[in-house]
Amino acid sequence: MITLAGLPLRIVPVQVMQATRPHRMLERQWMVNRAGGWMVLLSGFFEPLFYLLSIRVGFGALVGDVEDGGRLIPYAEFVAPALMAASAMNGALYESTMNVFFRLKYDKVYDAALATPLTSGDVALGEIGYATIRGALYSSAFLVTMWALGMTSSAWAIGMLPVAILISFAFSAIGMAATTYMRSWADFEYVPSIMLPMFLFSATFYPLSSYGDWQWVVQISPLYHGVAMTRSLNLGEWSWAFGGHLVVLVAMALFGVTLTAKRIERLLLP
Amino acid sequence: MPTDSNAPLITAEHLVKRFGDFVAVDGIDVEVPRGESFGFLGPNGAGKSSTMRMIGCVSPVTEGRLRIFGLDPATDGKQIRSRMGVVPQMDQLDEQLTVEDNMILYGRYFDIPRAECKRRAKELLEFVQLTDRAKSKIEPLSGGMKRRVTIARSLINEPELLLLDEPTTGLDPQARHVLWDRLYRLKQRGVTLVLTTHYMDEAEQLCDRLVVMDQGKIVAMGSPRELIEKHSPREVLELRYPAGTNDERASDLDGVGNRREVLPDRVLIYADDGEAALAEVHRRGSRPESALVRRSSLEDVFLRLTGRSLVD
Repeated sequence: MITLAGLPLRIVPVQVMQATRPHRMLERQWMVNRAGGWMVLLSGFFEPLFYLLSIRVGFGALVGDVEDGGRLIPYAEFVAPALMAASAMNGALYESTMNVFFRLKYDKVYDAALATPLTSGDVALGEIGYATIRGALYSSAFLVTMWALGMTSSAWAIGMLPVAILISFAFSAIGMAATTYMRSWADFEYVPSIMLPMFLFSATFYPLSSYGDWQWVVQISPLYHGVAMTRSLNLGEWSWAFGGHLVVLVAMALFGVTLTAKRIERLLLP
Repeated sequence: MPTDSNAPLITAEHLVKRFGDFVAVDGIDVEVPRGESFGFLGPNGAGKSSTMRMIGCVSPVTEGRLRIFGLDPATDGKQIRSRMGVVPQMDQLDEQLTVEDNMILYGRYFDIPRAECKRRAKELLEFVQLTDRAKSKIEPLSGGMKRRVTIARSLINEPELLLLDEPTTGLDPQARHVLWDRLYRLKQRGVTLVLTTHYMDEAEQLCDRLVVMDQGKIVAMGSPRELIEKHSPREVLELRYPAGTNDERASDLDGVGNRREVLPDRVLIYADDGEAALAEVHRRGSRPESALVRRSSLEDVFLRLTGRSLVD
Protein backbone atom coordinates (compact mmCIF):
# COMPACT_ATOMS: atom_id res chain seq x y z
CA MET A 1 0.00 0.00 0.00
CA ILE A 2 1.28 3.41 -0.96
CA THR A 3 0.82 5.97 1.75
CA LEU A 4 2.15 9.42 2.30
CA ALA A 5 0.87 9.66 5.85
CA GLY A 6 4.36 9.11 7.21
CA LEU A 7 5.91 12.05 5.43
CA PRO A 8 6.57 14.97 7.72
CA LEU A 9 5.36 17.48 5.16
CA ARG A 10 3.06 19.98 6.73
CA ILE A 11 2.56 21.73 3.42
CA VAL A 12 0.90 18.71 1.86
CA PRO A 13 -2.86 18.96 2.40
CA VAL A 14 -4.94 16.41 4.20
CA GLN A 15 -6.49 15.13 0.94
CA VAL A 16 -3.11 13.95 -0.26
CA MET A 17 -1.89 12.77 3.14
CA GLN A 18 -4.87 10.46 3.46
CA ALA A 19 -4.52 8.96 0.01
CA THR A 20 -4.19 5.23 0.54
CA ARG A 21 -5.36 3.82 -2.78
CA PRO A 22 -3.85 5.86 -5.64
CA HIS A 23 -2.58 2.60 -7.14
CA ARG A 24 -6.18 1.67 -7.94
CA MET A 25 -6.22 4.41 -10.58
CA LEU A 26 -3.06 2.88 -12.03
CA GLU A 27 -4.75 -0.49 -12.01
CA ARG A 28 -7.59 1.03 -13.98
CA GLN A 29 -5.17 2.32 -16.60
CA TRP A 30 -3.52 -1.06 -16.77
CA MET A 31 -6.90 -2.67 -17.44
CA VAL A 32 -7.77 -0.06 -20.07
CA ASN A 33 -4.44 -0.50 -21.83
CA ARG A 34 -4.70 -4.27 -21.60
CA ALA A 35 -7.93 -3.90 -23.56
CA GLY A 36 -6.01 -2.32 -26.42
CA GLY A 37 -4.58 1.04 -25.40
CA TRP A 38 -0.88 0.21 -25.75
CA MET A 39 -0.71 1.62 -29.27
CA VAL A 40 -0.95 5.13 -27.87
CA LEU A 41 2.20 4.50 -25.89
CA LEU A 42 3.99 2.89 -28.80
CA SER A 43 3.68 6.03 -30.90
CA GLY A 44 5.79 7.79 -28.31
CA PHE A 45 8.74 5.56 -29.09
CA PHE A 46 9.07 6.59 -32.69
CA GLU A 47 9.10 10.30 -31.98
CA PRO A 48 12.52 10.38 -30.29
CA LEU A 49 14.03 8.20 -32.97
CA PHE A 50 13.02 10.62 -35.71
CA TYR A 51 14.09 13.65 -33.70
CA LEU A 52 17.48 12.28 -32.79
CA LEU A 53 18.19 10.98 -36.28
CA SER A 54 17.38 14.35 -37.82
CA ILE A 55 19.72 16.09 -35.41
CA ARG A 56 22.54 13.63 -35.75
CA VAL A 57 22.37 13.47 -39.51
CA GLY A 58 21.42 17.06 -40.26
CA PHE A 59 21.92 19.77 -37.64
CA GLY A 60 24.93 18.16 -36.03
CA ALA A 61 26.98 18.38 -39.17
CA LEU A 62 25.83 21.93 -39.96
CA VAL A 63 26.25 23.47 -36.54
CA GLY A 64 29.38 21.83 -35.27
CA ASP A 65 30.32 22.32 -31.62
CA VAL A 66 28.56 24.50 -29.07
CA GLU A 67 30.14 26.31 -26.19
CA ASP A 68 28.26 25.77 -22.96
CA GLY A 69 29.67 26.67 -19.56
CA GLY A 70 33.10 27.21 -21.08
CA ARG A 71 33.31 23.83 -22.72
CA LEU A 72 32.87 22.76 -26.32
CA ILE A 73 30.44 19.94 -26.98
CA PRO A 74 29.15 18.42 -30.21
CA TYR A 75 25.75 19.93 -31.00
CA ALA A 76 23.99 16.56 -31.00
CA GLU A 77 25.13 15.88 -27.45
CA PHE A 78 24.06 19.36 -26.44
CA VAL A 79 20.55 19.06 -27.81
CA ALA A 80 19.73 15.41 -27.08
CA PRO A 81 19.37 15.71 -23.26
CA ALA A 82 17.19 18.77 -23.72
CA LEU A 83 14.92 16.87 -26.08
CA MET A 84 14.74 14.06 -23.57
CA ALA A 85 13.54 16.52 -20.94
CA ALA A 86 11.01 17.86 -23.44
CA SER A 87 9.75 14.35 -24.21
CA ALA A 88 9.13 13.77 -20.51
CA MET A 89 7.12 16.98 -20.46
CA ASN A 90 5.18 16.10 -23.61
CA GLY A 91 4.24 12.60 -22.51
CA ALA A 92 3.08 13.92 -19.17
CA LEU A 93 1.05 16.76 -20.62
CA TYR A 94 -0.64 14.67 -23.33
CA GLU A 95 -1.98 12.39 -20.65
CA SER A 96 -2.77 14.88 -17.92
CA THR A 97 -4.66 17.35 -20.10
CA MET A 98 -6.90 15.94 -22.85
CA ASN A 99 -7.18 12.41 -21.47
CA VAL A 100 -7.82 13.56 -17.94
CA PHE A 101 -10.42 16.01 -19.19
CA PHE A 102 -12.28 13.24 -20.97
CA ARG A 103 -12.33 11.07 -17.86
CA LEU A 104 -13.32 14.00 -15.69
CA LYS A 105 -16.15 15.44 -17.78
CA TYR A 106 -17.42 12.69 -20.07
CA ASP A 107 -16.52 9.25 -18.83
CA LYS A 108 -17.20 10.29 -15.21
CA VAL A 109 -14.45 7.94 -14.10
CA TYR A 110 -13.68 10.04 -11.06
CA ASP A 111 -17.30 10.45 -9.97
CA ALA A 112 -17.65 6.67 -10.01
CA ALA A 113 -14.39 6.20 -8.10
CA LEU A 114 -15.28 8.76 -5.44
CA ALA A 115 -18.47 6.87 -4.55
CA THR A 116 -16.19 4.06 -3.32
CA PRO A 117 -13.60 4.32 -0.53
CA LEU A 118 -11.32 6.19 -2.94
CA THR A 119 -10.69 9.85 -2.12
CA SER A 120 -9.86 12.99 -4.08
CA GLY A 121 -6.22 12.49 -3.08
CA ASP A 122 -6.24 8.94 -4.47
CA VAL A 123 -7.67 10.16 -7.76
CA ALA A 124 -5.21 13.07 -8.00
CA LEU A 125 -2.12 11.03 -7.12
CA GLY A 126 -3.17 8.02 -9.17
CA GLU A 127 -3.90 9.97 -12.32
CA ILE A 128 -0.81 12.14 -11.98
CA GLY A 129 1.09 8.93 -11.35
CA TYR A 130 -0.11 7.43 -14.60
CA ALA A 131 0.73 10.54 -16.61
CA THR A 132 4.17 10.41 -14.99
CA ILE A 133 4.60 6.82 -16.09
CA ARG A 134 3.68 7.76 -19.64
CA GLY A 135 6.21 10.59 -19.65
CA ALA A 136 8.80 8.31 -18.08
CA LEU A 137 8.25 5.65 -20.76
CA TYR A 138 8.76 8.22 -23.51
CA SER A 139 11.96 9.45 -21.92
CA SER A 140 13.26 5.93 -21.35
CA ALA A 141 12.80 5.25 -25.04
CA PHE A 142 14.61 8.49 -25.68
CA LEU A 143 17.54 7.56 -23.49
CA VAL A 144 17.91 4.15 -25.09
CA THR A 145 17.82 5.72 -28.54
CA MET A 146 20.39 8.35 -27.51
CA TRP A 147 22.72 5.70 -26.21
CA ALA A 148 22.27 3.53 -29.30
CA LEU A 149 23.11 6.49 -31.55
CA GLY A 150 26.18 7.33 -29.45
CA MET A 151 24.82 10.66 -28.19
CA THR A 152 25.41 10.11 -24.48
CA SER A 153 28.57 11.77 -23.18
CA SER A 154 29.19 10.08 -19.84
CA ALA A 155 28.05 7.20 -17.65
CA TRP A 156 26.17 9.74 -15.56
CA ALA A 157 23.68 9.90 -18.39
CA ILE A 158 21.74 7.10 -16.72
CA GLY A 159 20.86 9.67 -14.04
CA MET A 160 18.81 11.52 -16.64
CA LEU A 161 16.12 8.92 -16.18
CA PRO A 162 15.16 9.79 -12.57
CA VAL A 163 15.33 13.45 -13.53
CA ALA A 164 13.03 12.79 -16.47
CA ILE A 165 10.61 11.08 -14.08
CA LEU A 166 10.66 14.15 -11.85
CA ILE A 167 10.07 16.42 -14.85
CA SER A 168 7.23 14.18 -15.91
CA PHE A 169 5.70 14.19 -12.44
CA ALA A 170 5.93 17.98 -12.12
CA PHE A 171 4.30 18.57 -15.49
CA SER A 172 1.65 15.90 -14.91
CA ALA A 173 0.69 17.55 -11.66
CA ILE A 174 0.53 21.04 -13.13
CA GLY A 175 -1.19 19.73 -16.26
CA MET A 176 -3.93 17.96 -14.33
CA ALA A 177 -4.42 20.93 -12.03
CA ALA A 178 -4.82 23.19 -15.08
CA THR A 179 -7.22 20.70 -16.65
CA THR A 180 -9.59 21.02 -13.70
CA TYR A 181 -10.02 24.67 -14.73
CA MET A 182 -10.87 23.84 -18.35
CA ARG A 183 -14.49 24.46 -19.24
CA SER A 184 -14.61 22.90 -22.70
CA TRP A 185 -12.35 21.45 -25.39
CA ALA A 186 -11.90 24.97 -26.74
CA ASP A 187 -9.83 25.83 -23.68
CA PHE A 188 -7.23 23.28 -24.76
CA GLU A 189 -6.24 25.61 -27.58
CA TYR A 190 -4.11 27.35 -24.97
CA VAL A 191 -2.07 24.26 -24.16
CA PRO A 192 0.09 24.26 -27.31
CA SER A 193 0.47 28.01 -27.08
CA ILE A 194 2.22 27.48 -23.76
CA MET A 195 3.99 24.24 -24.61
CA LEU A 196 5.54 25.32 -27.90
CA PRO A 197 7.36 28.45 -26.66
CA MET A 198 8.44 26.47 -23.63
CA PHE A 199 9.82 23.76 -25.88
CA LEU A 200 11.65 26.26 -28.09
CA PHE A 201 12.93 28.72 -25.49
CA SER A 202 14.03 26.63 -22.53
CA ALA A 203 17.65 26.68 -23.61
CA THR A 204 16.68 23.61 -25.56
CA PHE A 205 18.39 24.39 -28.85
CA TYR A 206 20.98 26.97 -27.80
CA PRO A 207 22.73 27.76 -24.52
CA LEU A 208 21.28 30.11 -21.93
CA SER A 209 24.12 32.57 -22.58
CA SER A 210 22.82 33.31 -26.07
CA TYR A 211 19.72 34.96 -24.55
CA GLY A 212 21.82 37.83 -23.16
CA ASP A 213 19.73 40.15 -20.98
CA TRP A 214 16.68 37.96 -21.44
CA GLN A 215 18.05 34.97 -19.56
CA TRP A 216 15.64 35.53 -16.69
CA VAL A 217 12.71 34.86 -19.01
CA VAL A 218 14.14 31.49 -19.91
CA GLN A 219 14.68 30.72 -16.25
CA ILE A 220 10.98 31.21 -15.57
CA SER A 221 10.23 28.23 -17.80
CA PRO A 222 9.95 25.08 -15.69
CA LEU A 223 11.28 23.05 -18.58
CA TYR A 224 14.51 25.05 -18.49
CA HIS A 225 15.25 23.63 -15.04
CA GLY A 226 14.67 20.12 -16.33
CA VAL A 227 16.85 20.74 -19.37
CA ALA A 228 19.65 22.13 -17.19
CA MET A 229 19.59 18.99 -15.08
CA THR A 230 19.53 16.44 -17.89
CA ARG A 231 22.26 18.33 -19.70
CA SER A 232 24.58 18.44 -16.72
CA LEU A 233 23.99 14.74 -16.07
CA ASN A 234 24.72 13.81 -19.66
CA LEU A 235 28.06 15.59 -19.41
CA GLY A 236 28.65 14.34 -15.89
CA GLU A 237 29.27 17.92 -14.72
CA TRP A 238 28.04 19.10 -11.34
CA SER A 239 27.33 22.46 -9.81
CA TRP A 240 25.27 23.90 -6.98
CA ALA A 241 22.76 25.09 -9.52
CA PHE A 242 21.65 21.49 -9.90
CA GLY A 243 20.10 21.58 -6.42
CA GLY A 244 18.29 24.79 -7.29
CA HIS A 245 16.75 23.25 -10.40
CA LEU A 246 15.72 20.24 -8.37
CA VAL A 247 13.94 22.41 -5.81
CA VAL A 248 12.00 24.23 -8.52
CA LEU A 249 10.65 21.01 -10.00
CA VAL A 250 9.84 19.41 -6.64
CA ALA A 251 7.96 22.56 -5.59
CA MET A 252 6.05 22.52 -8.85
CA ALA A 253 5.10 18.87 -8.34
CA LEU A 254 3.89 19.45 -4.79
CA PHE A 255 1.91 22.51 -5.78
CA GLY A 256 0.30 20.65 -8.68
CA VAL A 257 -0.72 17.60 -6.65
CA THR A 258 -2.14 19.75 -3.88
CA LEU A 259 -4.10 21.97 -6.21
CA THR A 260 -5.43 18.99 -8.17
CA ALA A 261 -6.72 17.21 -5.07
CA LYS A 262 -8.41 20.39 -3.88
CA ARG A 263 -9.93 21.10 -7.26
CA ILE A 264 -11.32 17.57 -7.59
CA GLU A 265 -12.92 17.95 -4.20
CA ARG A 266 -14.42 21.24 -5.24
CA LEU A 267 -15.68 20.02 -8.61
CA LEU A 268 -16.89 16.55 -7.76
CA LEU A 269 -17.62 16.62 -4.04
CA PRO A 270 -19.54 19.90 -3.65
CA MET B 1 -21.17 -4.17 15.58
CA PRO B 2 -23.71 -6.73 16.74
CA THR B 3 -25.43 -4.36 19.20
CA ASP B 4 -26.30 -2.06 16.32
CA SER B 5 -28.60 -4.44 14.51
CA ASN B 6 -31.69 -2.61 15.72
CA ALA B 7 -30.29 0.89 15.45
CA PRO B 8 -31.41 2.86 12.40
CA LEU B 9 -29.11 2.57 9.41
CA ILE B 10 -29.55 6.23 8.54
CA THR B 11 -30.42 9.02 10.92
CA ALA B 12 -30.76 12.58 9.70
CA GLU B 13 -31.66 15.36 12.10
CA HIS B 14 -32.34 18.80 10.79
CA LEU B 15 -30.20 18.10 7.75
CA VAL B 16 -29.41 21.19 5.68
CA LYS B 17 -27.54 21.57 2.40
CA ARG B 18 -26.78 24.99 1.03
CA PHE B 19 -24.93 25.98 -2.12
CA GLY B 20 -24.06 29.61 -1.53
CA ASP B 21 -27.40 31.32 -0.97
CA PHE B 22 -29.39 28.49 -2.48
CA VAL B 23 -30.96 26.11 0.03
CA ALA B 24 -31.21 22.67 -1.58
CA VAL B 25 -32.19 20.75 1.55
CA ASP B 26 -33.94 22.73 4.25
CA GLY B 27 -33.80 20.92 7.58
CA ILE B 28 -35.13 17.43 7.03
CA ASP B 29 -35.49 14.65 9.62
CA VAL B 30 -35.33 11.09 8.39
CA GLU B 31 -34.74 7.71 9.97
CA VAL B 32 -34.28 4.54 7.95
CA PRO B 33 -34.21 1.23 9.82
CA ARG B 34 -32.21 -1.73 8.57
CA GLY B 35 -33.91 -3.80 5.90
CA GLU B 36 -36.37 -1.12 4.92
CA SER B 37 -36.96 0.14 1.45
CA PHE B 38 -37.23 3.90 1.73
CA GLY B 39 -38.09 6.45 -0.93
CA PHE B 40 -37.56 10.14 -1.50
CA LEU B 41 -40.30 11.36 -3.77
CA GLY B 42 -40.51 14.83 -5.21
CA PRO B 43 -40.46 16.99 -8.31
CA ASN B 44 -37.20 18.03 -9.96
CA GLY B 45 -35.24 20.34 -7.71
CA ALA B 46 -36.95 19.19 -4.53
CA GLY B 47 -33.61 18.32 -2.91
CA LYS B 48 -33.74 14.54 -3.34
CA SER B 49 -30.40 14.17 -5.08
CA SER B 50 -28.66 16.57 -2.71
CA THR B 51 -29.92 14.47 0.17
CA MET B 52 -28.73 11.30 -1.53
CA ARG B 53 -25.30 12.79 -2.16
CA MET B 54 -24.94 13.67 1.50
CA ILE B 55 -25.93 10.15 2.50
CA GLY B 56 -23.49 8.83 -0.10
CA CYS B 57 -20.72 10.84 1.58
CA VAL B 58 -19.84 12.72 -1.59
CA SER B 59 -21.24 16.03 -0.43
CA PRO B 60 -20.52 17.58 2.95
CA VAL B 61 -23.41 18.32 5.31
CA THR B 62 -23.95 22.08 5.71
CA GLU B 63 -25.86 21.84 8.97
CA GLY B 64 -27.58 19.27 11.13
CA ARG B 65 -26.62 15.76 12.07
CA LEU B 66 -26.26 12.81 9.75
CA ARG B 67 -25.27 9.29 10.78
CA ILE B 68 -24.98 6.27 8.53
CA PHE B 69 -24.28 2.92 10.20
CA GLY B 70 -23.91 5.10 13.28
CA LEU B 71 -20.89 6.81 11.69
CA ASP B 72 -20.33 10.45 10.81
CA PRO B 73 -19.76 11.13 7.09
CA ALA B 74 -17.52 14.08 7.94
CA THR B 75 -14.94 11.84 9.61
CA ASP B 76 -15.71 8.29 8.51
CA GLY B 77 -16.75 8.82 4.89
CA LYS B 78 -14.34 6.23 3.57
CA GLN B 79 -15.58 3.58 5.99
CA ILE B 80 -19.24 4.35 5.26
CA ARG B 81 -18.70 4.26 1.51
CA SER B 82 -17.01 0.89 1.80
CA ARG B 83 -20.25 -0.63 3.15
CA MET B 84 -22.57 1.06 0.69
CA GLY B 85 -23.52 0.69 -2.96
CA VAL B 86 -24.44 3.67 -5.13
CA VAL B 87 -26.46 3.78 -8.33
CA PRO B 88 -26.14 7.37 -9.53
CA GLN B 89 -28.72 9.18 -11.63
CA MET B 90 -26.53 8.96 -14.73
CA ASP B 91 -24.67 5.73 -15.35
CA GLN B 92 -20.98 6.31 -14.78
CA LEU B 93 -19.77 3.15 -16.42
CA ASP B 94 -16.24 3.09 -17.74
CA GLU B 95 -16.68 3.20 -21.51
CA GLN B 96 -13.11 2.07 -22.03
CA LEU B 97 -13.67 -1.24 -20.28
CA THR B 98 -15.86 -4.28 -20.85
CA VAL B 99 -18.88 -5.04 -18.69
CA GLU B 100 -16.93 -7.61 -16.69
CA ASP B 101 -13.89 -5.37 -16.28
CA ASN B 102 -16.13 -2.56 -15.06
CA MET B 103 -17.28 -4.83 -12.28
CA ILE B 104 -13.82 -6.18 -11.45
CA LEU B 105 -12.25 -2.72 -11.35
CA TYR B 106 -15.00 -1.45 -9.10
CA GLY B 107 -14.35 -4.33 -6.73
CA ARG B 108 -10.67 -3.41 -6.72
CA TYR B 109 -11.60 0.10 -5.57
CA PHE B 110 -12.91 -1.65 -2.45
CA ASP B 111 -9.66 -3.63 -2.09
CA ILE B 112 -11.44 -6.90 -2.87
CA PRO B 113 -8.97 -9.51 -4.20
CA ARG B 114 -9.05 -9.89 -7.97
CA ALA B 115 -10.14 -13.53 -7.97
CA GLU B 116 -13.00 -12.72 -5.62
CA CYS B 117 -14.01 -9.78 -7.84
CA LYS B 118 -14.20 -12.14 -10.79
CA ARG B 119 -16.32 -14.60 -8.89
CA ARG B 120 -18.72 -11.90 -7.72
CA ALA B 121 -18.87 -10.28 -11.15
CA LYS B 122 -19.98 -13.55 -12.66
CA GLU B 123 -22.60 -14.08 -9.99
CA LEU B 124 -23.93 -10.53 -10.20
CA LEU B 125 -24.12 -10.52 -13.98
CA GLU B 126 -26.17 -13.65 -13.67
CA PHE B 127 -28.37 -11.86 -11.16
CA VAL B 128 -29.06 -8.99 -13.58
CA GLN B 129 -29.37 -11.43 -16.50
CA LEU B 130 -26.41 -10.11 -18.45
CA THR B 131 -24.07 -13.08 -18.37
CA ASP B 132 -23.88 -13.21 -22.17
CA ARG B 133 -22.75 -9.56 -22.25
CA ALA B 134 -19.82 -9.97 -19.86
CA LYS B 135 -17.22 -9.42 -22.59
CA SER B 136 -19.12 -6.64 -24.33
CA LYS B 137 -18.01 -3.03 -24.29
CA ILE B 138 -20.41 -0.59 -22.62
CA GLU B 139 -21.29 1.52 -25.62
CA PRO B 140 -23.43 -1.00 -27.61
CA LEU B 141 -25.63 -1.82 -24.59
CA SER B 142 -29.18 -0.48 -24.37
CA GLY B 143 -30.17 1.98 -21.65
CA GLY B 144 -31.83 -0.74 -19.61
CA MET B 145 -28.78 -2.98 -19.84
CA LYS B 146 -26.44 -0.19 -18.80
CA ARG B 147 -28.65 0.44 -15.82
CA ARG B 148 -28.50 -3.22 -14.87
CA VAL B 149 -24.72 -3.22 -15.18
CA THR B 150 -24.61 -0.17 -12.93
CA ILE B 151 -26.76 -1.92 -10.36
CA ALA B 152 -24.68 -5.10 -10.57
CA ARG B 153 -21.52 -3.03 -10.19
CA SER B 154 -22.90 -1.24 -7.15
CA LEU B 155 -23.37 -4.64 -5.48
CA ILE B 156 -19.78 -5.81 -5.93
CA ASN B 157 -18.86 -4.95 -2.33
CA GLU B 158 -21.94 -6.74 -0.98
CA PRO B 159 -23.34 -3.51 0.45
CA GLU B 160 -25.65 -3.34 3.43
CA LEU B 161 -27.18 -0.19 2.02
CA LEU B 162 -27.93 0.55 -1.60
CA LEU B 163 -28.60 4.12 -2.75
CA LEU B 164 -30.49 4.46 -6.02
CA ASP B 165 -30.96 7.89 -7.54
CA GLU B 166 -33.84 7.67 -10.02
CA PRO B 167 -33.08 4.06 -10.91
CA THR B 168 -35.51 3.72 -13.81
CA THR B 169 -35.71 7.21 -15.29
CA GLY B 170 -35.64 7.02 -19.07
CA LEU B 171 -36.18 3.26 -19.33
CA ASP B 172 -38.93 1.52 -21.27
CA PRO B 173 -41.67 -0.28 -19.29
CA GLN B 174 -40.18 -3.73 -19.76
CA ALA B 175 -36.77 -2.66 -18.57
CA ARG B 176 -38.36 -0.97 -15.56
CA HIS B 177 -40.20 -4.11 -14.54
CA VAL B 178 -37.04 -6.21 -14.82
CA LEU B 179 -35.26 -3.71 -12.58
CA TRP B 180 -38.06 -3.59 -10.05
CA ASP B 181 -38.02 -7.33 -9.84
CA ARG B 182 -34.27 -7.37 -9.18
CA LEU B 183 -34.52 -4.64 -6.57
CA TYR B 184 -37.31 -6.49 -4.86
CA ARG B 185 -35.10 -9.59 -4.65
CA LEU B 186 -32.33 -7.54 -3.11
CA LYS B 187 -34.73 -6.27 -0.52
CA GLN B 188 -35.74 -9.84 0.27
CA ARG B 189 -32.08 -10.63 0.85
CA GLY B 190 -32.04 -7.95 3.53
CA VAL B 191 -30.35 -5.11 1.65
CA THR B 192 -31.63 -1.72 2.77
CA LEU B 193 -32.72 0.29 -0.25
CA VAL B 194 -32.92 4.06 -0.35
CA LEU B 195 -34.15 5.50 -3.61
CA THR B 196 -35.34 8.69 -5.17
CA THR B 197 -37.92 8.76 -7.87
CA HIS B 198 -40.57 10.92 -9.39
CA TYR B 199 -42.48 7.93 -10.63
CA MET B 200 -45.39 7.21 -8.36
CA ASP B 201 -45.81 3.65 -9.53
CA GLU B 202 -42.16 3.01 -8.72
CA ALA B 203 -42.58 4.35 -5.21
CA GLU B 204 -45.73 2.25 -4.74
CA GLN B 205 -43.95 -0.83 -6.03
CA LEU B 206 -40.71 -0.54 -4.14
CA CYS B 207 -41.06 1.57 -1.01
CA ASP B 208 -42.16 0.42 2.41
CA ARG B 209 -42.09 3.99 3.49
CA LEU B 210 -41.43 7.26 1.78
CA VAL B 211 -41.20 10.98 2.20
CA VAL B 212 -42.52 13.51 -0.24
CA MET B 213 -40.09 16.41 -0.65
CA ASP B 214 -40.79 19.81 -2.07
CA GLN B 215 -38.47 22.81 -2.11
CA GLY B 216 -36.01 21.15 0.23
CA LYS B 217 -38.58 20.24 2.86
CA ILE B 218 -40.43 17.08 3.74
CA VAL B 219 -44.13 17.65 3.17
CA ALA B 220 -45.39 14.15 4.02
CA MET B 221 -44.11 10.86 5.35
CA GLY B 222 -45.59 7.38 5.57
CA SER B 223 -46.23 4.17 3.66
CA PRO B 224 -47.68 4.58 0.17
CA ARG B 225 -51.05 3.32 1.45
CA GLU B 226 -51.05 5.69 4.42
CA LEU B 227 -50.22 8.65 2.26
CA ILE B 228 -53.00 7.88 -0.18
CA GLU B 229 -55.50 7.40 2.62
CA LYS B 230 -54.45 10.55 4.37
CA HIS B 231 -54.07 12.91 1.44
CA SER B 232 -56.46 11.69 -1.19
CA PRO B 233 -60.02 10.35 -1.25
CA ARG B 234 -60.41 6.75 -2.28
CA GLU B 235 -61.25 7.24 -5.94
CA VAL B 236 -60.50 9.59 -8.75
CA LEU B 237 -62.75 10.44 -11.65
CA GLU B 238 -60.83 11.52 -14.73
CA LEU B 239 -62.78 13.53 -17.29
CA ARG B 240 -61.58 14.59 -20.69
CA TYR B 241 -63.21 17.48 -22.49
CA PRO B 242 -62.38 18.79 -25.95
CA ALA B 243 -58.94 20.40 -25.91
CA GLY B 244 -58.77 23.85 -24.36
CA THR B 245 -62.20 23.76 -22.73
CA ASN B 246 -61.26 22.13 -19.43
CA ASP B 247 -61.35 25.35 -17.39
CA GLU B 248 -64.69 26.38 -18.73
CA ARG B 249 -66.32 22.97 -18.31
CA ALA B 250 -64.88 22.49 -14.87
CA SER B 251 -66.97 25.32 -13.50
CA ASP B 252 -70.08 23.30 -14.28
CA LEU B 253 -68.85 20.75 -11.81
CA ASP B 254 -68.80 22.82 -8.61
CA GLY B 255 -69.59 20.66 -5.63
CA VAL B 256 -69.07 17.32 -7.34
CA GLY B 257 -66.76 15.10 -5.26
CA ASN B 258 -64.48 16.34 -2.48
CA ARG B 259 -61.97 18.22 -4.55
CA ARG B 260 -61.24 19.08 -8.12
CA GLU B 261 -58.06 19.56 -10.08
CA VAL B 262 -57.86 20.93 -13.60
CA LEU B 263 -54.85 19.69 -15.54
CA PRO B 264 -54.08 20.81 -19.09
CA ASP B 265 -55.39 17.58 -20.58
CA ARG B 266 -58.05 16.46 -18.11
CA VAL B 267 -60.11 17.30 -15.08
CA LEU B 268 -59.62 15.20 -11.96
CA ILE B 269 -62.38 14.86 -9.41
CA TYR B 270 -61.43 13.28 -6.10
CA ALA B 271 -64.31 11.46 -4.50
CA ASP B 272 -64.98 8.59 -2.13
CA ASP B 273 -67.38 7.15 -4.69
CA GLY B 274 -66.21 7.80 -8.23
CA GLU B 275 -69.23 6.24 -9.93
CA ALA B 276 -71.61 8.44 -7.95
CA ALA B 277 -69.58 11.51 -8.92
CA LEU B 278 -69.75 10.48 -12.58
CA ALA B 279 -73.52 10.03 -12.32
CA GLU B 280 -73.75 13.55 -10.92
CA VAL B 281 -71.66 14.88 -13.81
CA HIS B 282 -74.03 13.28 -16.29
CA ARG B 283 -77.09 14.48 -14.37
CA ARG B 284 -75.84 18.06 -14.78
CA GLY B 285 -75.78 17.56 -18.53
CA SER B 286 -71.99 17.76 -18.84
CA ARG B 287 -70.74 15.50 -21.64
CA PRO B 288 -67.02 14.71 -21.36
CA GLU B 289 -65.32 12.95 -24.31
CA SER B 290 -64.24 10.25 -21.96
CA ALA B 291 -64.62 9.42 -18.30
CA LEU B 292 -62.63 7.01 -16.15
CA VAL B 293 -62.97 6.02 -12.52
CA ARG B 294 -59.83 4.69 -10.87
CA ARG B 295 -58.37 4.15 -7.43
CA SER B 296 -56.42 7.11 -6.22
CA SER B 297 -52.66 6.67 -6.41
CA LEU B 298 -49.55 8.18 -5.01
CA GLU B 299 -49.51 10.47 -7.99
CA ASP B 300 -52.64 12.16 -6.70
CA VAL B 301 -51.01 12.59 -3.30
CA PHE B 302 -47.96 13.93 -4.99
CA LEU B 303 -49.88 16.45 -7.08
CA ARG B 304 -51.77 17.58 -4.07
CA LEU B 305 -48.74 17.95 -1.80
CA THR B 306 -46.35 19.52 -4.24
CA GLY B 307 -49.14 21.71 -5.50
CA ARG B 308 -49.72 21.83 -9.21
CA SER B 309 -52.62 24.10 -10.23
CA LEU B 310 -54.83 23.14 -7.33
CA VAL B 311 -58.45 24.19 -7.17
CA ASP B 312 -59.91 23.27 -3.84
